[in-house]
Amino acid sequence: MSDINTQMADRYKNNFLKEIEEQAEMGEWVKMCMQCGLCSGSCPTNFHSGWDHPPQEIFMLIRAGKREEVLNAQGMYMCTSCYNCYVRCPRKVPVTHVMHGIAEYAYRIGRAPKNQPTMHLSRTFWNNATKYGRVNEVKLTQSLYFKDGFGSGVKKGMEMQSVALGLVKAGRLNPLEALGMGHKCKDLKGIHAMLAKAKELEAQRKAKG
Amino acid sequence: MTSVVATNQTILVVGGGISGMTAALEAAETGKQVVLVEKNPYLGGRTVQLYRYFPKMCHPTCGLEINLRRLKANPRIQVLTMAEVTGITGDKGAYNISVKLKPRYVNDNCTACGECGKAVQTEIDDAFNYNLGKIKAAYLPSSMAFPQRYVIDSSIVGTPDGEAAKAACKYGAVELDMQEETVTLNAGAIVWATGWQPYDATKIVYYGYGRFKNVISNVEFERLADPHGPTGGKILRPSDGKEAKNVAFIQCAGSRDENHLRHCSRFCCMGSLKQTHYVQEAFGDAGKSTIYYIDIRAIDRFEDFYQKVRANPNVNFVKSKVARITEDKDGNPVCNGVNVEGYKRYAQAHDLVVLALGMEPSVKGLQIPAEVMSDSSGFIMADPANAGIFGAGCATNALDVNRAVQSATAAALRAIQVVNKVARAEA
Repeated sequence: MSDINTQMADRYKNNFLKEIEEQAEMGEWVKMCMQCGLCSGSCPTNFHSGWDHPPQEIFMLIRAGKREEVLNAQGMYMCTSCYNCYVRCPRKVPVTHVMHGIAEYAYRIGRAPKNQPTMHLSRTFWNNATKYGRVNEVKLTQSLYFKDGFGSGVKKGMEMQSVALGLVKAGRLNPLEALGMGHKCKDLKGIHAMLAKAKELEAQRKAKG
Repeated sequence: MTSVVATNQTILVVGGGISGMTAALEAAETGKQVVLVEKNPYLGGRTVQLYRYFPKMCHPTCGLEINLRRLKANPRIQVLTMAEVTGITGDKGAYNISVKLKPRYVNDNCTACGECGKAVQTEIDDAFNYNLGKIKAAYLPSSMAFPQRYVIDSSIVGTPDGEAAKAACKYGAVELDMQEETVTLNAGAIVWATGWQPYDATKIVYYGYGRFKNVISNVEFERLADPHGPTGGKILRPSDGKEAKNVAFIQCAGSRDENHLRHCSRFCCMGSLKQTHYVQEAFGDAGKSTIYYIDIRAIDRFEDFYQKVRANPNVNFVKSKVARITEDKDGNPVCNGVNVEGYKRYAQAHDLVVLALGMEPSVKGLQIPAEVMSDSSGFIMADPANAGIFGAGCATNALDVNRAVQSATAAALRAIQVVNKVARAEA
């Protein structure tokens, strides 16, 4: 059995636009773009080195069927969800959501770059939040601090020490969360069942295409 | 009291711009009685506020003068200025209309000699010049205003200034005790030609109109270029009066935008292409224009005009919708965005930014005192439910002068058919 990336490429052959429309969340909006450039111009990230392709360029690449260029792009992971493009788009394209949709799709078919920082944050956050139905802030912070190794984790922890203490004093951070205690969702089984069902429904819908 | 002669064979035309004048003239010249109602103290609407027309670059005064001559020569048209329709009852073939007339405080004796204007000290905003300057409170709205009569602003009535205007008049034309009145009249058909207004630029927050003095609208730029305008035809920017030799035009400012105007306003591309001529003529090769556009829509025979502007080395085209305007320390507006051709980010300073504002129908949000169908942009649609009310010109669609005249002629013909039917029934 070939990997899911190849399967998808075979299934949609040369129609990458259709692939995105059917597989990526909000992908059906891509064809509405009129290439005015307002989204890219409004982006506060100013395309620092990571921003190889701004949104309207990604949309055009999709329409041009440039599968490899799009799936290798960094642009969709760089979105900070500020929603500037979303509120300004003259065609009301939900640019922010489309970018996240493409990023999620790339991840799903195993094309997301390894250790991409925003992807790492999203995944860590998701796993953390769904485990107890609520975010365990201490563990989330720990796993992000120690991402690049023990040494840099300790260094970051020391830098943020006063902030953490302040939060604890203000009752905003529960140190017991480090031991797996702290706030949880009341019906843990229920929320896990709900998430499993949602995943199942989504998979069904995407398989139909 | 103002007396109006009108029967069910009369056609009422609401709005005295180029469309309303055309509809009124076309109907009257076929022998119909016409009442023309205009809100402003003068006829001509937004057309007289233009400096030049595209594509021939001739002055509106010329085309308008022909219409005014036709109007003066035609006894079948009654013109009511400073008038607004406040109520319509009845149905196709037998409408009863009430019209509110605001006092002008100047009667027919006025010769437009201008003595009252000299006597008055109070100044008011110059509405004809889009409030870019001030005028005396006793004024002639524009040099070729029709009727060629002064207007006294209601703010000076009952003040010593008002009395000074009255005393200065040698012809007994100033009547400070004029009152607002409402007249009622009959009409068989109504042509609704209330035209358009530029989109409210302050709603496009990221362009900074209203916050930055050197960001102005396309209609204001027309007044800057006009010798009768507030700067005497010199293209001077508002902040410091410096000559604006480097002008940016931002297309689709409001138009083709689901957050603002859904429709393409059609005239603004040609308007900006025309306005690059003003810059070129004023400063020669020192005058530089930059047009920021999504795509240029120089419809049908105007392609040729576009190609000529495109060939001008002093006009630069940037395919991009500007994302934000900022201001540098010298008060120059800076256009920020991404050039879609090559995806280059730019931050370009200009002396002046002109927003090519789109066209919003004046009827939008207004309660027309009758059932009239309109589309999602607020333009009047042709619909049998409108009965004997016909939209004309920019009240029905985003049109340039040429197309507005065509639309008005069509509306006049529809109105004529209604009153002809009335005439046959009454004969």
